Amino acid sequence: MHAKAMIEIVVGILVITGTVLSLISSLGIIRLPDVYNRAHASTKSATLGILCILLGAFFYFIYTHGVSSIRLLLGIVFVFLTGPVAGHIIIRSAHRSKVVLADISVQDDLQNYLDSQKNVESK
Amino acid sequence: MFDKIMLLAMFLLSISVVIALYRVIRGPSIHDRILALDSIGYIVIGIVAVHSIMLDSHAYLETILLIGILAFLSTIALSKYMEGGVVDARKSDD
Repeated sequence: MHAKAMIEIVVGILVITGTVLSLISSLGIIRLPDVYNRAHASTKSATLGILCILLGAFFYFIYTHGVSSIRLLLGIVFVFLTGPVAGHIIIRSAHRSKVVLADISVQDDLQNYLDSQKNVESK
Repeated sequence: MFDKIMLLAMFLLSISVVIALYRVIRGPSIHDRILALDSIGYIVIGIVAVHSIMLDSHAYLETILLIGILAFLSTIALSKYMEGGVVDARKSDD
């Protein structure tokens, strides 16, 4: 098969995969019941979607221009590292600001842990 | 065929931004809005990448890094401000 057609197939598959993952992440953000659940959609699915799209762009530019743009690899590493960290900081701030859990939640592990720490300290 | 696939990807990513915008408007707490804006930032990074494939030009790849860094820093600043009102907890000299 022609090399250009092969590269276009690979890039097309990667970009469509990343796009579908981003769409699923957006649907999760509006459908999940609680801010703590919505963080799953934002940190896991959106990050992976962006990684696939940037990887597709990297392969495209290596083939057509012969340019191995290191900026795309830096972008991939940066988004991979900072996506879940940002989600963690948002959720920790939400828990400290006493945002309520959803009605169907069964247990709050962090609150149990903090209460047990407080009981240990006050004894 | 390849151009049509890129156009379809751009269309679906724009729909993702509009869907996440609903959560920015509606979200009952501020943390919902911060989360949705962070996701919109990532999807905009994807839009810039697909657009630079469509235009066949590698001149716009620096904006990907810039948008990523700015979104991350503003998310962290907003979250720490919502938590306690203090973003940077260092002791000042005065």
